[in-house]
Amino acid sequence: MTLFLNILVDGVAYGMILFMISVGLSVTMGLMRVVNLAHGGFALLGGTFAHWFAAELGLPFWPALVLAVALTVALSLPLERVIYRRIYGFTDLQQVLATIGLTFLMIASVNLWQGSSLLPVPLLEGLKASVDLGFRTLPAHRLMVIAAGLAVVLGLWWLLERTRFGIRLRAAVDNRGTASAHGINTDRIFMAAFGLGAGLAALGGVLGAEILPIDAYYPLRYMVLFLIVVAVGGMGSIAGSFLAAIGLGLLETAARYLAPDFATILFFALVMALLALRPNGLIVRAQ
Amino acid sequence: MMNRIAPFALLALAVALYFALPYNLAFLTRILIMAVLVLSLDLVLGFAGIATLGQAAFYGAGAYAAGLFAIHAWADPIAGLVVAGVAGAVLAFISGLIVLRAHGLTLIMLTIAVAAICHEIANKARDVTGGADGLRGIRMEPVLGLFEFDFVGQTGFWYALAVLAAVFTFLTLLTRAPFGLSLRGIHESPERMAAIGTSVYWRRVAAYTLGGAIAGVAGALSAQVTQLVSLESFSFTLSAEALIMLILGGTGRLYGAVLGTLVFMFVHHWAAANDPFNWLFVIGALVLAVVFFLPRGLVAVPTALKRLGGQNAGS
Repeated sequence: MTLFLNILVDGVAYGMILFMISVGLSVTMGLMRVVNLAHGGFALLGGTFAHWFAAELGLPFWPALVLAVALTVALSLPLERVIYRRIYGFTDLQQVLATIGLTFLMIASVNLWQGSSLLPVPLLEGLKASVDLGFRTLPAHRLMVIAAGLAVVLGLWWLLERTRFGIRLRAAVDNRGTASAHGINTDRIFMAAFGLGAGLAALGGVLGAEILPIDAYYPLRYMVLFLIVVAVGGMGSIAGSFLAAIGLGLLETAARYLAPDFATILFFALVMALLALRPNGLIVRAQ
Repeated sequence: MMNRIAPFALLALAVALYFALPYNLAFLTRILIMAVLVLSLDLVLGFAGIATLGQAAFYGAGAYAAGLFAIHAWADPIAGLVVAGVAGAVLAFISGLIVLRAHGLTLIMLTIAVAAICHEIANKARDVTGGADGLRGIRMEPVLGLFEFDFVGQTGFWYALAVLAAVFTFLTLLTRAPFGLSLRGIHESPERMAAIGTSVYWRRVAAYTLGGAIAGVAGALSAQVTQLVSLESFSFTLSAEALIMLILGGTGRLYGAVLGTLVFMFVHHWAAANDPFNWLFVIGALVLAVVFFLPRGLVAVPTALKRLGGQNAGS
């Protein structure tokens, strides 16, 4: 029973991190049809900024988190304007290549600035403690991650279903040409969605630093993981990303607890089987 | 025209480099081996149009197969190449049956997953593969029973060059044969090829299998020449770099693959030697420059210059 609960809590926390980082990737892939291998780079940038603010400048955790996310968004917007806008029209392969190039540049920049060692983000004292739930204790950090993930899900749902921006974004995802003909400024929608995705990736990167440690090669190491979430969830589907992220988080955590020697093999084999059965992901958007 | 001259010019360049850089034979041999791998990718991606980021799976399978065969069975290099080619082909065929049912991003993800599984299996099977320490203790017999592998790497260089030339010739013939033409047709319009009665799926599986065999041969060369197989053989970085070399040179023309490998390896070598910490800047900038300014690769430079000259003359 304890084992089951451990898997549940760790798996859901891990899944929430995967969701926060990957959801932006899923939206930009569904929206702009761009295969963005550099998306993990925004999580790296967020983590690096948070490390700099908190560990080197000595800011408390929350301001460091907010500043790191804001700075990542501020960097992502000009990047979208200058580079990504040109990539949208490329073929799949050129997009893969261009975004690998961008990933290399991001890694090299962080490497030049902070070196190649681990970049820890000091946690709040309160988050290091354990929370007693009566029947067992849990690390507070995991609960905070799960709460933050749920907040992001609710926030995204509200943003997409209840605001004008959401209506326009959904219209642009469904049919860019028609949306544009109805007077929606799709360029600006793209830019806002891109910035939002980068910001969420940065948030996930900082909050998940305990689970996926930050260092310069972070985007290459976890690139496959983030892309798998999108491929399994179905491109452009936020509900799909959520299901896939939680499912994969639980799957990998369970494999680690139950068969540690074969966890990675088991994980990839199951993902392959799933993708072979449902090549378009769990949730396919109606065309 | 270029199709005829370029291979011989590249061959002459390889021989010239051998005499120009006698102390860098290990590096030159590495270029030749990578060229074989990139050629296999050109068949799969440039001709058959299968976007893959997992070609290292077959390279690694070939490398481990050749290494283990040499240690436990027979240390003859040519026999090792054959065994590695079969190993690469079998893995490519089995994974291809699943992978090639998908398209686009899912296809790319599946190819990465295959390489990742192989990497993890080689990592865990320490007793057989040596795990993270790599497979050591490979001692090769002389090539054809005549040429001993020497310390400087002269035999290794000529051996790799001969294999590269053989693979190049084979692929040249293959791409002109009906099979190669049908791959081009599938690349350009799968629907039309299906309509005229070609089994698109099986042709793609065949091309993928053949590409796996050639990548396996490249892996075997690396295992035999360096007498070491490391886990890096399965790494994502290797697949990504092979893709970068192919696009840099230009897809769908075999000599473009060799040219791209040559240029990339030299830039990589030069950048890493000049600044061991920040060479990734150079590679990243190179990749972006290729995608933005030379989307069809280096082989398109003469055409582009000609067009530029023509425009100037016209105006």
